[in-house]
Amino acid sequence: MMSLQVSVRSSAPIPIDVVFEVAAGELMALVGPSGAGKSTVLRVIAGLHGPETGQVAVAGTTWLDTTRGVDMPVHRRKVGVVFQSYALFPQMSALANVMAAGASEVEARRLLALVRLDGLETRRPAALSGGQQQRVAVARALARQPEVLLLDEPFSAVDRATREDLYQEIAALRSHLDMPVILVTHDLEEARQLADRIVVMDQGAVLRAGPVDEVLIDPAVLRGMGLREAGSTLGAHIAAQEEDGLTRLEAATGPIWLPRIDGEIGTPVRVRIMAHDVILSRDLPAGLSALNALPCVVDSITPGEGPGAMVRLCVGQEVLLARITRRSVDALALRPGETCHAVLKSMAVARSNVRPR
Amino acid sequence: MDWDAFWLSIQLALWTVALLLPVSVFLGRMLAYRRFAGKSAIEALVMLPLVLPPTVLGFYLLVALGAESPLGRGWEALFGGPLVFSFEGLVVASVLFNLPFAIQPAQRGFEAVPSDIRDAAACCGMSPLTALRKVELPLAWPGVLTGMVLTFAHTLGEFGIVLLVGGSIPGETRTVAISIYDKVQAFDMDGAARMSATLLVISMATIALTFWLSARAGRRLS
Repeated sequence: MMSLQVSVRSSAPIPIDVVFEVAAGELMALVGPSGAGKSTVLRVIAGLHGPETGQVAVAGTTWLDTTRGVDMPVHRRKVGVVFQSYALFPQMSALANVMAAGASEVEARRLLALVRLDGLETRRPAALSGGQQQRVAVARALARQPEVLLLDEPFSAVDRATREDLYQEIAALRSHLDMPVILVTHDLEEARQLADRIVVMDQGAVLRAGPVDEVLIDPAVLRGMGLREAGSTLGAHIAAQEEDGLTRLEAATGPIWLPRIDGEIGTPVRVRIMAHDVILSRDLPAGLSALNALPCVVDSITPGEGPGAMVRLCVGQEVLLARITRRSVDALALRPGETCHAVLKSMAVARSNVRPR
Repeated sequence: MDWDAFWLSIQLALWTVALLLPVSVFLGRMLAYRRFAGKSAIEALVMLPLVLPPTVLGFYLLVALGAESPLGRGWEALFGGPLVFSFEGLVVASVLFNLPFAIQPAQRGFEAVPSDIRDAAACCGMSPLTALRKVELPLAWPGVLTGMVLTFAHTLGEFGIVLLVGGSIPGETRTVAISIYDKVQAFDMDGAARMSATLLVISMATIALTFWLSARAGRRLS
């Protein structure tokens, strides 16, 4: 079993106390605001930072154990790192960069083709776009034949459109990645799209760890990460493609109409619904332009620090988050256990928020 | 023209460069990347020859390397001749006097290599020595070379230290600068003028070379 076990305790440069494990082939997102200690944890795994106490074991081999005085030098650890700045060697071509990590020329060409950079082998980093540089960095990290792959905010230096492309790229690469992978990011959305599991860090400690869908509806996580990104995912399947361009999804609690989603009838999908797009109503609404009204039961209400509140709702077996004002919570007299309707504008669900299951 | 003096100066400069090259790479790299107790003291010590009058440094070297000193006695026992007033003594003095000129630019050169690029080299599996050869030196060499060029030029022109440690023995310690001084003392103004002009051209070429190198380095890392 090629799993990665990490435990780090340190008081400098910032206090850190984390323990986690990543399985082979699993992509774990280490999420948190800047200064939470995510990058420091990554540097400990790579051997670039020595904590006061810590253990790092990969595939049964100990890389670091401060209690036994084991500290394998960085260059002996089989670790692939994609740095935030990519850190490509500026004096080398793309091909030479990949070969610098120990790959033969044939292997380096294969890796560059894998990240769709064939034809650009002789270019130096300065002559490549940000997205292309990032892909060279990924190829170089893989050329190390790593037992652990570490991605340190690899998408922060490229624009939004390129980022979406690169997400697809990483998702497509997943079948080639049989080692534990850690993605450090401060972007919950990025973690949701790419990761199997999330560890949320705040001020050096683990706030919450678990599967993506569970962690992303945790009120404590949402408070730590900013509420703008809050949302939940509902499972459904495509029930009908209607003539006016809408697709009817069938969820556990009834139909949901959304702008056209391509797919066969019966295809299962997951729909991400942002908390700030949900309206709550005690009665089944009438005379409203919104097409979707899902009957639900209030599970919990978490008041925010400002005028808002996060309402966690049970829709059948699933969870929906609604972010409304505290004033509305009072006006509707919402309490845990009460029933209400969650109203959702069809056009509020972006196409990228619907994904095949 | 005192070609002997020119040839001697060039030999002295080449020896100084050859001996200071490895020192500047390892000391410059260490001062750029490592943090350790006494680092400021070492940096200050390396800088000392810049502010100390050459005659003062020359005087202390004369004492430290002289026949009365343990170093001078040891040298004499080993090689059968005195260290002071010899070419070897000049080389020792020149190496010490050029430490700031060699190490400072090398240190700046190594400092200009971004830390995440050095981290990346280690993460690519390069040992520290391989990383030095394949990543650090290819990026820091303009700094190292600038140090060597400055050292070379500076050695050609050095006067005070050479006079005190070496005196003015033709073919052994009479360098260009000493030779020019001797010519002026002997009212040979034409000879002094020719040698001075030659030295001026060499110095200007040196400065042009260092400017060109640092501009190149700047372009490369941008």
